Amino acid sequence: MCTLEKKGNIFYLTLTGEDEHRLDPVLIDSIRSLLSQVKSGASRGSVLITSGHGKFFSNGFDLKYAQAAGSVQGAKDRLHNMVEIFKPVVADLLSLPMPTIAVITGHAAAAGLLLAMSHDYILMRSDKGVLYMSELDIGMTLPDYFTAMFRSKLGNPSARRALLLRAAKVTGDEALGMGIVDSVHGSEEETREAAQRLGEGLAKKKWEGKVYAEIRKSLYPELCGVLGLKDTIVLPARL
Amino acid sequence: MTLTGEDEHRLNPALIGSIRSVLAQVKSQATRGSLLVTSAHGKFFSNGIDLRYVLAAGPYQAAKDRLMKMVDMFKPLVANLISLPMPTIAVVTGHAAGAGLVLAMSHDYITMTSNKGVLYMCELDLGSSLPDYFTAIFRSKLGSPSARCALLLRAAKVRGKEALEMGIIDSVHGNEEEAMKAAKRLGDELGKKKWEGKAYAEIRKGLYPELCGSLGLKYTHILPSRI
Repeated sequence: MCTLEKKGNIFYLTLTGEDEHRLDPVLIDSIRSLLSQVKSGASRGSVLITSGHGKFFSNGFDLKYAQAAGSVQGAKDRLHNMVEIFKPVVADLLSLPMPTIAVITGHAAAAGLLLAMSHDYILMRSDKGVLYMSELDIGMTLPDYFTAMFRSKLGNPSARRALLLRAAKVTGDEALGMGIVDSVHGSEEETREAAQRLGEGLAKKKWEGKVYAEIRKSLYPELCGVLGLKDTIVLPARL
Repeated sequence: MTLTGEDEHRLNPALIGSIRSVLAQVKSQATRGSLLVTSAHGKFFSNGIDLRYVLAAGPYQAAKDRLMKMVDMFKPLVANLISLPMPTIAVVTGHAAGAGLVLAMSHDYITMTSNKGVLYMCELDLGSSLPDYFTAIFRSKLGSPSARCALLLRAAKVRGKEALEMGIIDSVHGNEEEAMKAAKRLGDELGKKKWEGKAYAEIRKGLYPELCGSLGLKYTHILPSRI
């Protein structure tokens, strides 16, 4: 499922198991619960690193779970429910009081890619794994907070068009060129090591978590609006 | 869809009406894998709003009113393209200026020739400001602030290769034939995906919320017909 570990200043959130890490209500709930623990254990210099085991970072919402409802309406309701309960996960990440890093060492699709993009930094391997917004291929539109995320974090309109309107399957190197990820590495091990180095570098700054979160939110006002996140002014504890 | 004739393909009520009627036919015949390729004959893709028709209204106030009417009449055409249930490609092998460039930019992809045609927002040179949906389309589709500035605030005349660098178009080709072939190849690739047209249109609209707001287009959520 997913686990949380803390070593030194760094929290490690891991999607475990060799499955697709499909975001069903159980996994979504797990992640929310672990993020809540991360938040309450936060201190100056804390950092979150999120990664997945196996071939997938996450392949998005659990459509098989939706189908198991037994009827078309039931399936639609279940899908709609997952869209609704995943939104606070994105909100929690956007307001987490510490830098966040997603390590993509396998495929990240649809809501799985959204999960990665909810982090401040994304590191990806170049030799395996694609990023893919599957919605167009399966004939569905995107929730408002999905499109807001892409508008907020992907500066290039052609990159947004390629991902969303062409359902491109994007490798690590392409993702770097399109500005979706921050760096690309030759193997799983190298990607994890790079994330560790980045995490340690950010932790050293010992930033005040509340301030970090507010500044992050102010970078993405449209997205925060859609997520229902409000701004707070934070002044230095000592002027 | 082809703008025929060797004239400037100026957008007046007759041409706008024609294009809208063709787009209505395209929409009603749309199926999975449909595609629209728009091109034009001659030296011009389109040189914008028909100012001769505007001036023919007579005195200044009447001409002004007619110009405002044309701007209002062109808006639903842009809206039709932004909500067309299939991928759209504009092949620009001649000049595209003012509303003519907006017409091209209302398509998902633009191929252009390097040897013929410039893109030009003439409004500054003519002493006119831009309608809200014009600026919205530039903000939505042109990521670079300096590119937007060059086009709108410097009235730059941009040829194919420069247009590619500025991110206005998607590919540039040596001549008209190559540009059409490239559009057909792209079209074939996109058509092969057999995307559901309604979902395609809604996802497209979702990419450009500000533009849709200006055009009065609402966004509908669609779930897969089979989950």
